Amino acid sequence: MAVMTYLESVRETLRQEMRRDPRIIIYGEDVGVRGGVFRVTEGLQAEFGEERVMDSPLAEAAIVGTAIGAAINGLRPIPEIQFADFIFPAFNQIVEEAARIRYRSNGDFGVPMVVRAPYGGGIHGALYHSQSVEAFFAHVPGLKVVMPATPYDVKGLLASSIEDEDPVIFLEHKGAYRSIRGEVPDERYLIPLGSADVKRQGTDISIISWGMTVNFSLTAAQKLEQEDGVSAEVLDLRTVRPLDVDAILATTKKTGKVLIVYEDNLTGGFGGEVSAIIAEHALFDLDAPIRRLAGPDVPAMPYAPTLEHAFMVTPDKIHDAALNLARF
Amino acid sequence: MARAAVKTKMPKTIAPDVLEDMFYHIVLARALDDRMWILNRQGRAPVVYSSNGHEAAQVASAFALDRGRDWVVPYYRDLALVVAMGMTPREIFLHLLARRDDPNSGGRQMPAHWGLKRLNILTSGSVVTTQMLHAAGLALAAKRREEDTVAVAYFGEGSTSQGEFHEAMNIAAVWKLPVIYFNENNGYAISVPQRKQMAVADVAARAEGYGMPGVVVDGNDPVKVYEVMAAAVARARRGEGPTLVEAKTYRFVPHSSDDDDTAYRSREEVAEHKKSDPVITFETTLRELGLLDDAKVADIRARVKAQVDDATRFAEKAPDPDPETLLKHVYYGD
Ligand SMILES: Cc1ncc(C[n+]2csc(CCOP(=O)(O)OP(=O)(O)O)c2C)c(N)n1
Ligand SMILES: [Mg+2]
Repeated sequence: MAVMTYLESVRETLRQEMRRDPRIIIYGEDVGVRGGVFRVTEGLQAEFGEERVMDSPLAEAAIVGTAIGAAINGLRPIPEIQFADFIFPAFNQIVEEAARIRYRSNGDFGVPMVVRAPYGGGIHGALYHSQSVEAFFAHVPGLKVVMPATPYDVKGLLASSIEDEDPVIFLEHKGAYRSIRGEVPDERYLIPLGSADVKRQGTDISIISWGMTVNFSLTAAQKLEQEDGVSAEVLDLRTVRPLDVDAILATTKKTGKVLIVYEDNLTGGFGGEVSAIIAEHALFDLDAPIRRLAGPDVPAMPYAPTLEHAFMVTPDKIHDAALNLARF
Repeated sequence: MARAAVKTKMPKTIAPDVLEDMFYHIVLARALDDRMWILNRQGRAPVVYSSNGHEAAQVASAFALDRGRDWVVPYYRDLALVVAMGMTPREIFLHLLARRDDPNSGGRQMPAHWGLKRLNILTSGSVVTTQMLHAAGLALAAKRREEDTVAVAYFGEGSTSQGEFHEAMNIAAVWKLPVIYFNENNGYAISVPQRKQMAVADVAARAEGYGMPGVVVDGNDPVKVYEVMAAAVARARRGEGPTLVEAKTYRFVPHSSDDDDTAYRSREEVAEHKKSDPVITFETTLRELGLLDDAKVADIRARVKAQVDDATRFAEKAPDPDPETLLKHVYYGD
């Protein structure tokens, strides 16, 4: 068992998986010699060669579109989109093609690929290097959308994503890359897609989140315990599609108060779906209205530190929203 | 027929029985196509997309492949292509009528959205040009495994205005992929003529800008198409990379059964092009070569008609998809 960063966990998992499965290839912009702009794939080309770790032309539709063909023809491609903000040129390929190839061919063809993309803000990335894109893809049947919060989950979820027979959008938070550390077992393990994880037990209020904001929620929960005597449970969805509905309803029934926390802007964000599920299935278990804490409804995250900070969901904002709800 | 009048030389590249087989598939595709329009006008087939006019180009391109081992990535225009690849008339009409046993999609897709793993025909959607990248990806996998198979993507000239045309041509050339881009240039994208689509005369001229050969070929001449394709396939198998082939062709019918082409092209123009209808001109060529005579042609036409009749009856009696299957095949194992 080693302690490593979130980023190292991505890299070491890729390495471990590539050693065991010769079908895996990685490509994208700058992923080869340079090891990616975040160094996630550093050293992989040296170990596996240019045949398996390739710099691609600067063309996202081409990266994903060719990965679809390669996956259908027996490889396990793991294309990288340099920033999730630049996934939209490939939106057509992901949504119109990858997601529905199994359905439209009546099960004749499948697309086992994992599109990795760093998402999220708070890293001075401004409008075009900060976005949370999960809601666009979570809306699409045929895709799976994975958003790990911890190095441990990165490993088990990435291995499962690679084994999966269907296209997976694997979203890694850029802020987590170097700031989040944790223990990661050496041996291979799988975390099933669609299994949420109670990251912290609590009794007064449930905080439901996914991706980086799970970590912020844990910080907030600690402060709630220490300073306010409020016991907050933190549920990490880990994958937004498939969605662990049972876990959402279980924590709702347990505490009766739910705060949904996400970094994407509020309206049409995935929190709306979580909220609807609770309202449909657990309304009479609620002791207070469902609350959402999310980014504001502006087109994207601004650059100036004051503006960026004002946009971001932070541990303090989560703490305040949770306390408010706990006292309802 | 007076032998002295022979002006056509027997091609060295194609065996006589193969020429005859190509003719058979061209005639079969046209007959299936004609029947589809009849079924449509009788209200028995809701919509038709046709390969009418493109048959020579499509069939000859397929014959240059190792069918069943190489991949084709078609678009909705490619009925004659899938016929040549081995899709049966019954399978084609099950698809036309969206029946349960439609092997392309189980009745999920509109007609002419081909795809059949058994024949290495990749499933196709409606968004034009996305398939060019899939073909590159298929070729990438083949190359990575050091197989000598090739993939061929088919697309219209209007589709070359899409960004994915550029992305596919570029990545295929940079990575030297064993892929062939087969453009079926019929001069129109629905109603929009080529001159409003691009400022060059030939799609193939663009190949140079990507670092691959571009070849223009008369799409009504199956022998020429075959030869050009065979060269492109050989180049791809040798690991020398992609080729852009542009087959000049013409569609004799409206874009689809919902289109009215009198709005954008004259009957004179259509009639002029029909003078080089490959179903007729190729028959003439093969007669001149002594490969066909009246008896053989009559035999082919009778066999084709029997197949088309059988497929029509079979598909019309076939069951519709069960509504219960609506939720199937969203994910693996569903
Ligand atoms: C991205 C996209 N835009 C628009 C359409 C609607 N559409 C279907 S076919 C077509 C014309 C295509 O022309 P061309 O590529 O020349 O092929 P042809 O039908 O002439 O063989 C259009 C505009 C589409 N299917 N996909
Ligand atoms: Mg056209």
